[in-house]
Amino acid sequence: MRLFDLDKWEEILQTITRNKSRSLLTAFGVFWGVFMLVFLMGGGEGLKRLMARNFEGFAQNSCFVMPGTTTKAYKGFQSGRSWTLELADVERIRRSVPGVETVTPMTARWGVNVWRGETKGNGTLKGIRADYARIEDPHLTYGRFITEADEREYRKVCVLGKRIYEELFPGVDNPCGLYICVDSIYYQVVGVSKMTSNVGVMGSAERSVMVPLTTMQRIYHYGDQVQTLGFTARRGVTVTEIQDRVESVIKRAHFIAPDDGQAVFMFNMEALFRMVDNLFEGIEILVWLIGVGTLLSGAIGVSNIMMVTVRERTSEIGIRRAIGARPGSILRQVMAESIVLTVLAGLAGITFAVLMLQGLETIVASTGADVSFQISFRMAVGAAAVLAVLGGLAGLAPSFRALAIKPIDAIRDE
Amino acid sequence: MSLIHLENIHKTYHAGAPLHVLKGISLDIERGEFVSIMGASGSGKSTLLNILGILDNYDEGEYRLNDVLIKNLKESRAADYRNRMIGFIFQSFNLIPFKNAMENVALPLFYQGVGRRRRNALAMEYLERLGLRDWAHHLPSELSGGQKQRVAIARAIITHPQIILADEPTGALDSQTSVEVMELLRRLNEEGMTVVVVTHESGVAYRTHKIVHIKDGLIGKIEENPNPGASPFGEGGLMK
Repeated sequence: MRLFDLDKWEEILQTITRNKSRSLLTAFGVFWGVFMLVFLMGGGEGLKRLMARNFEGFAQNSCFVMPGTTTKAYKGFQSGRSWTLELADVERIRRSVPGVETVTPMTARWGVNVWRGETKGNGTLKGIRADYARIEDPHLTYGRFITEADEREYRKVCVLGKRIYEELFPGVDNPCGLYICVDSIYYQVVGVSKMTSNVGVMGSAERSVMVPLTTMQRIYHYGDQVQTLGFTARRGVTVTEIQDRVESVIKRAHFIAPDDGQAVFMFNMEALFRMVDNLFEGIEILVWLIGVGTLLSGAIGVSNIMMVTVRERTSEIGIRRAIGARPGSILRQVMAESIVLTVLAGLAGITFAVLMLQGLETIVASTGADVSFQISFRMAVGAAAVLAVLGGLAGLAPSFRALAIKPIDAIRDE
Repeated sequence: MSLIHLENIHKTYHAGAPLHVLKGISLDIERGEFVSIMGASGSGKSTLLNILGILDNYDEGEYRLNDVLIKNLKESRAADYRNRMIGFIFQSFNLIPFKNAMENVALPLFYQGVGRRRRNALAMEYLERLGLRDWAHHLPSELSGGQKQRVAIARAIITHPQIILADEPTGALDSQTSVEVMELLRRLNEEGMTVVVVTHESGVAYRTHKIVHIKDGLIGKIEENPNPGASPFGEGGLMK
């Protein structure tokens, strides 16, 4: 049997177009199923990528400590006491918790005005140490990151976040060496970071102005106090495993009751990552369930309609058999009809879904995020192949019913 | 060697109570004969026709068509034999409603794998022979009963079958067209085609050369009709 036999295709086309509205409605079931599956999968993937950007460059095995208010009286202190972290805590943790790798203190001032001449931007001033780069990859576009020498010498240098850089230096290719001004203090720009993460405890990385911690402490008279401690775990150790040790070290040092659950805030990135991962896994399962379910019901619809069609065509099939159509030829015809209908509907569904995803991408892109929502070509081809198989399966029952038609029954059927 | 050789054919239907329809039919039809099988409804003549047309199996006996034993054939084999050896003409024409006359006539050739162009050219040739050239591109619903039956005849003879089986070919036609159709069959027979007509109308039967009377599943008598045109029923379209 030649695949590109014009007659066979004509036969198939003729039967499909004979009852256009019915074929169309049947095809719609498959169309919608494929559309749902592809669109939801593309959308889910895109959402995941969008979400992943918030974590990009962020060490997953990290945790942040922030002070809260005590809720229990302990060692002569009343409950409801505020306390602060101090630089010495870095050393304490490093000494007492063997699993930690990096411990780095941070301080921030939110909502500061950042000036460059007459241009004003709004951002977060962050005092950090050089080893902060171990927690979040700075992704430098220009220059360098804060170094230990900067800290030692209290240099007034800064690394700008992407947005701040774009606002203050429009049209300037490389701002390194130029100056910005925060709270009447001038800092020399030494680097530009394109960190995009939105996690962590100090706000958006894109709007940050990072300066050496020591410089900031001195300028704002913070003394030994720091706002946040970030730490990462060694390879082979999870942050969750050492989190409790860190907490108890901090609590002992600051006279906090060991069973006080409110006094120390721990932001465990690992747990957060895991949660988001689980969430997307759940979404993916849901997408598959919905998509495959819809597709399946579409295919069953095709099968059902083909059943009706075969019944309607009983006499025609009988005539064909009487004048010499072999059973195989009838079988192939019904199968081919089912496959053609399913595949055509499915391809339309894929095309429509791809167009919709493209639209979604354009909309998302207009908000500044550059994320691909599109499904891969491999997946599209795979979907088409699955559709062909599905169409074949849908055609099985009707074509066997067609086979069961005996020429005499059909001829007598008037 | 006769073209059709039936020997002691038995057929029982098993729908509910077993119904013994054919009770030992033995019949020979020679090449070039024009035979009618006549009987009342329920006599088993249609069953006999189905067996002759390889549309149905039989339980006992032997059926040889052109010296080929036709017994318990596989469906695809039976389809091939039907396609190449037998031309069917039915009471209700049985044309495919969404195909035009030419496509209907060409259909048996499609199942022989004949190319589209040759197929359609042959179909046109046969339609022309039957005077339907101008109707070739009309759908069956646009044709009259006589025209439909002529299309069906064209479809039956396009494969040059060994035999033409006509099942009540005039059953759905008025007497005038019935005469025309019978005339067509007679002409085909004169050209050398073996024609078997199944009917319950004696007017039709007496237009053939040999009448096989069948009654209650057995052959009653075989009547020679040497002068079919002289039959009193056949004159002036008064067959019925």
